[in-house]
Amino acid sequence: MRLTIPEEEVLSSGHLACPGCGATLAMRLALKALGRDTIVVIPACCWSTIDGVFPNSALGVPVMHIAFEAAAIAASGIKAGLIAKGNTHTQVMAWAGDGGTFDIGIQALSGAAERNDDIIYVCYDNEAYQNTGIQRSSATPYGAWTTTTPRKHPKQEPKKNIVDIMSAHRIPYIATATIAYPEDFVRKFKKAREIKGTRFIHIFSPCPPGWKMKEQDTVKVSRIAVKSCVFPLFEIEDGKLKINIKPSRRQDVRDYLKLQGRFSHLKEEDIKRIQKEIDKNWQNLLKREEAHEG
Amino acid sequence: MKKLLIGNHAVSYGAMLSRAEVIAAYPITPQTQVVEELAELCASGKLKAQFIKVESEHSAMSACIGAAQAGARAFTATSSQGLALMHEVLHWAANARLPIVMANINRAMAPGWNIWADHIDSLAQRDTGWMQFYAETNQEVLDTIIIAYKVCERVLLPAMINLDAFFLSHTAQSVEIPEQDMVDEFLPPYNPEIKLDPDDPRAFGGLLPPKYYMEMRCKLHSAHRNALKIIEEEEKNFFKIFKRKYGLVDEFYTKDAQIIIVTSSTITSTAREFVMRERKKGRKLGLLKVRVFRPFPFEKIRGALKNCEKLVVIDRNISYGNAGIFATEIKSALYGFRNVPVFGFVAGLGGRDVQLEDIEGMVDFARKKNFSKDEIWWGLKK
Repeated sequence: MRLTIPEEEVLSSGHLACPGCGATLAMRLALKALGRDTIVVIPACCWSTIDGVFPNSALGVPVMHIAFEAAAIAASGIKAGLIAKGNTHTQVMAWAGDGGTFDIGIQALSGAAERNDDIIYVCYDNEAYQNTGIQRSSATPYGAWTTTTPRKHPKQEPKKNIVDIMSAHRIPYIATATIAYPEDFVRKFKKAREIKGTRFIHIFSPCPPGWKMKEQDTVKVSRIAVKSCVFPLFEIEDGKLKINIKPSRRQDVRDYLKLQGRFSHLKEEDIKRIQKEIDKNWQNLLKREEAHEG
Repeated sequence: MKKLLIGNHAVSYGAMLSRAEVIAAYPITPQTQVVEELAELCASGKLKAQFIKVESEHSAMSACIGAAQAGARAFTATSSQGLALMHEVLHWAANARLPIVMANINRAMAPGWNIWADHIDSLAQRDTGWMQFYAETNQEVLDTIIIAYKVCERVLLPAMINLDAFFLSHTAQSVEIPEQDMVDEFLPPYNPEIKLDPDDPRAFGGLLPPKYYMEMRCKLHSAHRNALKIIEEEEKNFFKIFKRKYGLVDEFYTKDAQIIIVTSSTITSTAREFVMRERKKGRKLGLLKVRVFRPFPFEKIRGALKNCEKLVVIDRNISYGNAGIFATEIKSALYGFRNVPVFGFVAGLGGRDVQLEDIEGMVDFARKKNFSKDEIWWGLKK
């Protein structure tokens, strides 16, 4: 079998991530795919600390940190600066958490996407403000425990559908990805690299301390998320949706939930409600794909 | 070439002649013509810049930060609420030591909505690490943008050029527009050695623990202190080419003046007129215009105020619970140097006109009194 994942490591060891951090495995793969001719922009998020303490940096490519709500536009500004200086080849990648994407950063992201600024925007979604100590975000799923949605009153609202929002901006490329499917992950970043305009990649990013799960289960939870259709893998290229992994038999969402302490308080009726929501979303996705094929 | 220019267009021409490479701006009254003119200049090819039409002022400044960190010359313009929205990233630009130049059209803060001249917007950003210039004329606006880039790129600090809403922004004045080749001679292209560069990967703005943080801030402060000297140097260089100079402060009949009026921005012109009238009557009145507010030119101010008996400071702003900000800062410059009565007048807030009669009234007030503990709100309706 041909190895499709580049062997060269751009991200080095010595970073400050928690054991089993999904966002760090994701950065490793993303940089392998994009290569060294890349500039990374990081707003306030876990990765503001993961990269290391001054004067150290683990990334191996230039990185600029920026305020919480400004990842997308800072990336656009860098791209404009590079073009002004005659550099049209370097990729600029904004790398933000769900707080910096779904919540405080959505205005700048929407602005960049509407202008179709030539950037790759990645949201590593660990479904809460994990860096500040596990507070709910609009990416936190229904029923989940966080420190601001305690077990007696877990999150009542469903997760915001960020991909639909980005899709409504009619940008050239949108993809979902997870480190449990590294070939698919790398292929998507390589494809994004070849496209001009705003490219949005939504990464499923397990957080062992925040999700109250075992650190060795990051890949396992990610794989079950795809197989249970909690987090389907798909791409939207020029508006056309294609599902990348279609589980022949969808795994029960219980298998996904039981590995994570943040869901341990859920009652049977809650789980049924979650399963129903997943089924509905999956059917919608299939319908949308079919419509695009037709 | 001389041309009739409103202040906002003087800003646009200043940015164009400085060959700004990335512009990111968001419209706000009374700044809009700056953006419109720059869009025209870019569209016509007169200005070869990347123009990002952002969705907020916070994004305008963040785009400038990204562009400057990538090594490009960045420009933006804003006013009032827009400047306030930028506050977080104003700190970022200065702490990151990025030589961004911005024009701010001084306007009041809401509520109630007020689009007219007031200095509280920029003075509220006093401690963000930006250099602050306050311009009296449209010529000064245009020239200061060019000078500011030269200074910023030498000291690695951002600069804000402030001009009064409507009194300058929308008022046409005769402005000498410098020739491009002369500006190029004064202001070479910006090519910083340290920037975002895949061939030389560095991390900018990451975790800075207590062990390092304080040293970084002290360096920024030192850069401000050093900038006083650099501004004077570059003003000399500017004068050699263009025969115009402005100074950190502008002294007018200060040498033998018994009372000195201290102003900034357009109130200065009215005060200048009043001083000339008084001088014709043989009254020893002087004027000190504070043009550079950050870094604060302590020595120049002390030098100008070394002989006077009383001071009339006119503030188009108020620091609630304290006093007018210029008056407070002037007092700090006098501390341990001279004990001169400072009459701090708060006047012209929210665009209220400050006329010759007002300044005459303030000076009369100061003549009659020996001391005023508090600031005086001038022209308040009963």
